[in-house]
Amino acid sequence: MTDAPLPIASPRRPNLSRRRARRRAAERRFRWYGMAAIGFALLVLVVLIGGIVRTGYGAFLATEIGIDVAFEAETIDPAGTRAPATLSDANYRTVLRKALAGAFPQVTAQRDQQALMGMLSSSADFRLRGMVLDNPSVIGTTQRVWLKASADIDTLRKADDIAVATTAGAGALQLLADGATVTLRAGPGAFTGLFADLAARRPDAVTNGRATLGSHLPGYMVETADGGLLRLTSFTANEATGDILLAPEAAPAQWFTLIVSPPEGDRRIDDRELAWYRALDAQGRVRTVFNTTLFTSADSREPELAGVRGAVVGSLLTLVICLLLSFPLGVMAAVYLEEFAPKNRWTDLIEVNINNLAAVPSIVFGLLGLAVLLGFFGMPRSAPFAGGTVLALMTLPTIIIAARAALGAVPPSIREAAMGMGASPLQTVLHHVMPLALPGILTGTIIGMARALGETAPLLMIGMVAFIVDVPGGFTDPATVLPVQIYLWADAPERAFVEKTSAAILVLLAFLVVMNLAAVILRRRFERRW
Amino acid sequence: MSNTLLIAGLLLLMTMAYVHGRRRALSSAAGRRVALHSLPSYHGLYIALWCGLPALALAILWLVLEPSIVRWMVVASLPEAQRSLPSGELGLLLNDVRNLAPGNVAGRQPDAATAAAVETYRTLKSIVFWAMVAAVTAVAAFGFEVGRRAIAPAFRARQRVERTILWLLVAASTIAVLTTIGIVLSLVFESARFFDKVSPFEFLFGLEWSPQTALREGQVGSSGTFGAVPVFAGTLMITIIAMTVAVPVGLMSAIYLAEYASPRVRAWAKPLLEVLAGIPTVVYGFFAALTMAPAIRELGTFLGIEVASESALAAGIVMGVMIIPFVSSLSDDVINAVPQTLRDGSLALGATHSETVIRVVLPAALPGIVGSVLLAVSRAIGETMIVVMAAGLSARLTANPFDAVTTVTVQIVSLLVGDQEFDSAKTLAAFALGLLLFVITLGLNVVALTVVRKYREMYD
Repeated sequence: MTDAPLPIASPRRPNLSRRRARRRAAERRFRWYGMAAIGFALLVLVVLIGGIVRTGYGAFLATEIGIDVAFEAETIDPAGTRAPATLSDANYRTVLRKALAGAFPQVTAQRDQQALMGMLSSSADFRLRGMVLDNPSVIGTTQRVWLKASADIDTLRKADDIAVATTAGAGALQLLADGATVTLRAGPGAFTGLFADLAARRPDAVTNGRATLGSHLPGYMVETADGGLLRLTSFTANEATGDILLAPEAAPAQWFTLIVSPPEGDRRIDDRELAWYRALDAQGRVRTVFNTTLFTSADSREPELAGVRGAVVGSLLTLVICLLLSFPLGVMAAVYLEEFAPKNRWTDLIEVNINNLAAVPSIVFGLLGLAVLLGFFGMPRSAPFAGGTVLALMTLPTIIIAARAALGAVPPSIREAAMGMGASPLQTVLHHVMPLALPGILTGTIIGMARALGETAPLLMIGMVAFIVDVPGGFTDPATVLPVQIYLWADAPERAFVEKTSAAILVLLAFLVVMNLAAVILRRRFERRW
Repeated sequence: MSNTLLIAGLLLLMTMAYVHGRRRALSSAAGRRVALHSLPSYHGLYIALWCGLPALALAILWLVLEPSIVRWMVVASLPEAQRSLPSGELGLLLNDVRNLAPGNVAGRQPDAATAAAVETYRTLKSIVFWAMVAAVTAVAAFGFEVGRRAIAPAFRARQRVERTILWLLVAASTIAVLTTIGIVLSLVFESARFFDKVSPFEFLFGLEWSPQTALREGQVGSSGTFGAVPVFAGTLMITIIAMTVAVPVGLMSAIYLAEYASPRVRAWAKPLLEVLAGIPTVVYGFFAALTMAPAIRELGTFLGIEVASESALAAGIVMGVMIIPFVSSLSDDVINAVPQTLRDGSLALGATHSETVIRVVLPAALPGIVGSVLLAVSRAIGETMIVVMAAGLSARLTANPFDAVTTVTVQIVSLLVGDQEFDSAKTLAAFALGLLLFVITLGLNVVALTVVRKYREMYD
């Protein structure tokens, strides 16, 4: 009876199922796009945080070099008075130079001694002075002092990007010294391995079976068991000539060949310094410790001496001003607008204004601060007071909006009950509505403060970018804040500051995580829903 | 620090006034609380407000006006030779005086006239400070007395206190308006001074931007040209790149979260996405400069394209990532606000889920999505740190995203950070750029908020 439609429907059937398959595929594809979008965003998040942790964790560690320092009375305090002025003015660089000469007696040239000094941070002599001033009885003794290494040595140890391939040498090594250069012989074919390596890497360095080396080529060295180190300048498969980096014994029992890459010209550490570093390391006189300087000192031009303390204190001072201004004003404004304001054009204007102010670019607030706070009111430049005021104006809309939402969420029955008991409108709000809305208000405030903590641009405008070496002591001292410190370090050319920047970012993120967690906990524990 | 002490002293005084007022009210009623019209604490508050508010207002006014008055008096005390210096040099001299006054600058020995000025400044400073302390204390004492006299059992202290507090609340709510007025006035005022030197026509339509001005008279190539078109073109390009990243990713995430994700996935993915919004922009800037820019450069070299080390692409992509959560959370709200009945109707007609989203939900949510995208654009235009750290400084009119371009915010920062003289066209140009930035973002916000509000009303 219903045969009639069949002739029409049957040719369409395969078509239909194909269409359905296509539609299902489109459905799957669409769903996949959504997942890919979220996946992309999360991937970037992971790359971002992961990259910062990877480059930044090293800054929490510091390299120290142990030097046996003789605190000789005749250098420090020849008169023997132990007067603090004498002790403080003594020449501790001489003390240090003598100590280094003791560690490397074979380094005599003045330029080399200077370079040796350069392996230590420039604060090393202050450290010695501090030791003597703290405890004058060290004078006359010899002590192993762990001194901060320079940024280059620190980077060398942490980055570990100088590859040293060591192979044991065969045959007895003979050394024929002629001034500073040495001829090395160790039987036929002793240097075949090195030769093959160089010929494979840089065939252009080999002519007529002889390799000539230079600072643009990887370093080829010979190390002896007693700690001597020779840098080869040219070699054949059987014989080599080289410079002495660290003097070996005449007939070493055992020897090794080293291939050091990248070439000397491509790294900040030259072969000499590398040799000294290896010697110190072999003697157990290089160690890695937790970097307390990062948390105890303010900014510095020397990467190994720079810390975030000044910036953290500056941020805290700025946030205190910001909180003191924006919290009371924001809550008061919210109470008025939500509870008392009549519905008229003026209130509408305020409302539109607040919403728009929340979306004004932060740098415009910086311009406001520069023109009005600094230019008109004459507030001190670079000070947390001006910075905090600008940030307070910026966070005010956030706090007002959050506080209004929290006040609005309190059910009218609370207000009616309070009024019914004879409370005045203000008493109703202050005694009954506010306590219930407070967790919500505080949550909004903390989030606003977290945003203020991460803000950089407006503070650049009011001069908080100055290079400041002191930890600020008050609201009107020149200061910088954590994000601006990050900006300054990110701009610094030294490689060691990259690590510092990442570490400062980690510190900033730690503060933000704590604040946001506090907000979440506050919301979970105290927020009531009606 | 001494100012902080002054404020603290005033607060202490207010507490004492409060305690006294309470006690006096009670004793005036001979200890019978019922006889009082208002609670004793209101009497206390009444005195405390009288004691504190006028004094506090005076202290703030004093602190605001003090620097300019002291400056004027120091200038008046200077010898004629220095008083007639051009205003710039006079400013430098006064700066010196202010820095030398605490006596902590070693090294440079000031000349006799400066030393005398420093001495005058120091004495004036301390006279002015003690005068302020005296004035504030007098006003506080006067207020205390006025408040004290009013206290009587029948006195309506609660009404008085509540009215004062209400006025304080009104005052607090006008701060936002005052801020806007402050922004507009400062930008307009400084821009007007800029437009005295450079014609608005040149600024708006000029094709060349090189704000270097002469340090000396007659220096070569130093007149400075202020055509803002290349700067805005750069901003536009970076914004477009950011939007091509943020809009598809943000919108698709919002659709997935709102329409497909299980509650468990949603509970995890949404906060994680919002973490992206919580990361400070300076961190994104560091990421753009240190990771993204070299990566893009390497990719370019690999493909045989020449890429500037501060390419617009790197800054734009990272900015797009920053804006993803902004687009996604706003669009999420909008999509969730589309009534379920629309979806049910579409599904009942046999449409698949994705067809429902594309043909029914998105068209219905379109105004809201457009609004959220506009808000995101306004945020991208005003974003500063990413471009300061990853985009270039030189203004170039180009359409090549691998080139370095500059933006409005970068120019504002580079014109105003560091040494500056407040009167040069170079410094004032920053305010003109700021004014344009403010007007553009404000326009976008107003349009976006209107669109979103209209849309909300549609389904409420």
